[in-house]
Amino acid sequence: MNAGEQPLLRVAGLNRSYGSRVACADIAFELYPGEILAVVGESGSGKTTLLNCIAGRLRPDRGSVEYDIRDSGLRDIWQLAEAERRMLARTDWGYVQQNPRDGLRAAVSAGANIGERLMLVGARHYGAIREQSAGWMARVELDAERIDELPTAFSGGMQQRLNIARNLVTHPRLVFMDEPTASLDVSVQARLLDLLRNLSAELQVAAVIVTHDLAVARLLAQRMLVMRGGVVVEDGLTDQVLDDPQHPYTQLLVTSVLRAA
Amino acid sequence: MTTAAGYNFGYLDEQTKRMIRRALLKAVAIPGYQVPFGSREMPLPYGWGTGGIQVTAAVIGAEDVLKVIDQGSDDTTNAVNIRRFFARVTGVRTTERTTEATLIQTRHRIPETPLKDGQILIYQVPIPEMLRWLEPREAETRTMHALAEYGLMHVRLYEDIAQHGHIAATYDYPVVVNERYLMRPSPIPKFDNPKMHRSPALQLFGAGREKRIYAVPPYTAVRSLDFEDHPFEVQRWDACCALCGSRDSFLDEVITDDRGGRMFTCSDSDYCRNRREAGHAPAVTASEVSA
Repeated sequence: MNAGEQPLLRVAGLNRSYGSRVACADIAFELYPGEILAVVGESGSGKTTLLNCIAGRLRPDRGSVEYDIRDSGLRDIWQLAEAERRMLARTDWGYVQQNPRDGLRAAVSAGANIGERLMLVGARHYGAIREQSAGWMARVELDAERIDELPTAFSGGMQQRLNIARNLVTHPRLVFMDEPTASLDVSVQARLLDLLRNLSAELQVAAVIVTHDLAVARLLAQRMLVMRGGVVVEDGLTDQVLDDPQHPYTQLLVTSVLRAA
Repeated sequence: MTTAAGYNFGYLDEQTKRMIRRALLKAVAIPGYQVPFGSREMPLPYGWGTGGIQVTAAVIGAEDVLKVIDQGSDDTTNAVNIRRFFARVTGVRTTERTTEATLIQTRHRIPETPLKDGQILIYQVPIPEMLRWLEPREAETRTMHALAEYGLMHVRLYEDIAQHGHIAATYDYPVVVNERYLMRPSPIPKFDNPKMHRSPALQLFGAGREKRIYAVPPYTAVRSLDFEDHPFEVQRWDACCALCGSRDSFLDEVITDDRGGRMFTCSDSDYCRNRREAGHAPAVTASEVSA
């Protein structure tokens, strides 16, 4: 990243606990435009809590989450009015859940699912909305002929691609992903990862990806954070962390990956 | 003017009427906003107009003339019973003539005869929340109302066009009141939606089971949602009323036998009768239609 460039997201001193259980302790990092950051760690290490805190879904107990809003610069999202935060979440951000059915509207067609954000921000021309939906279906490698089918008619991998298209339709600058490939089988995972990599390169969208799969981090992310017990134990360039892990926990994580070949 | 012994005027006690009137004032002050109120048990089941009947009871006065319609008609069970109920507990004069009434309680229709200044139209509302089937979380729909985030409603209209080629919703058609609140116009046919726009009459909506009251004050803008390339349209019929020959009113289809015979008649019985009394008749006879 260029040294003089302004970060897109700056997190400082972020804390969040549930009662006496600490989920995130003093987390700080910066994310630059177009950069992909992976957050890895075992279950219960606070990854998803961190993601929800920075995605405006869960208020942190302490700390700041500053985001570079298009016309007013870096501002703490938790100081914004609720209306502004919701506006950000449906225009400038995306959120891809582990289970695509959590993100999709099951009762309306694929086209309506993709067009929803456009309608939320004021698009009122049916033909134009439909055209954009069909365009996005093609971009995520779905058959645009199936635009009027319900999400339930699509396979799991297709649903996740639909979910991604639905998030990217407003050209967000930052996408949050919570285990985007975990619910898919291995061959579908590979295709989806390929798609995500191409889309992020093409659209220059930044992303925070929560995953427990080091292969996902290796394939997509430039940088990574390793979390354990709510604390970031190691961070750095992905290749550096994976090839030369410094912290004992990271070393354990890297060596415990099954190798098929 | 006599009322049934043992009952307070208007059935409800004075404190309850006061509480409902306060909710009504708030509703009129914020057109289209759903005001919660302490809905009471009424001597009829939910779904039969417990909301409308409470609103009527709270605003009715000794000088009022009451008309009650159900699906446009004065002589269906719901209308007859509610009219008789108020005649008993208030002793007010009742009427079937739209022009004579000062209060009109309605289920699912707006009279064809244009309303005028000073009249009050009271709707019986089953489900006040327009966003319910799109967003089941009540806390979330309230936030959406607070922030005027209504784009989701267009997702439903989009889906209608995608599945049917046109906006297929025919009743309960979403409107925006005073360019601010999304409102469910109770299940009136969308044919009646344009009549709500800048109506000289005060329109009050009561939902008894859901404990909500909302209102459209006189001369308030009421806009039906649509798409630029699929504008709002009301339904049209090929037939005319088989009794009065009207081509402008909302028609009910009536099955006349089990061999496919049918006729169309005005849903508004008072409007139809006035036209027949004025000498209007169908251009084609009813027998021709059923032949």
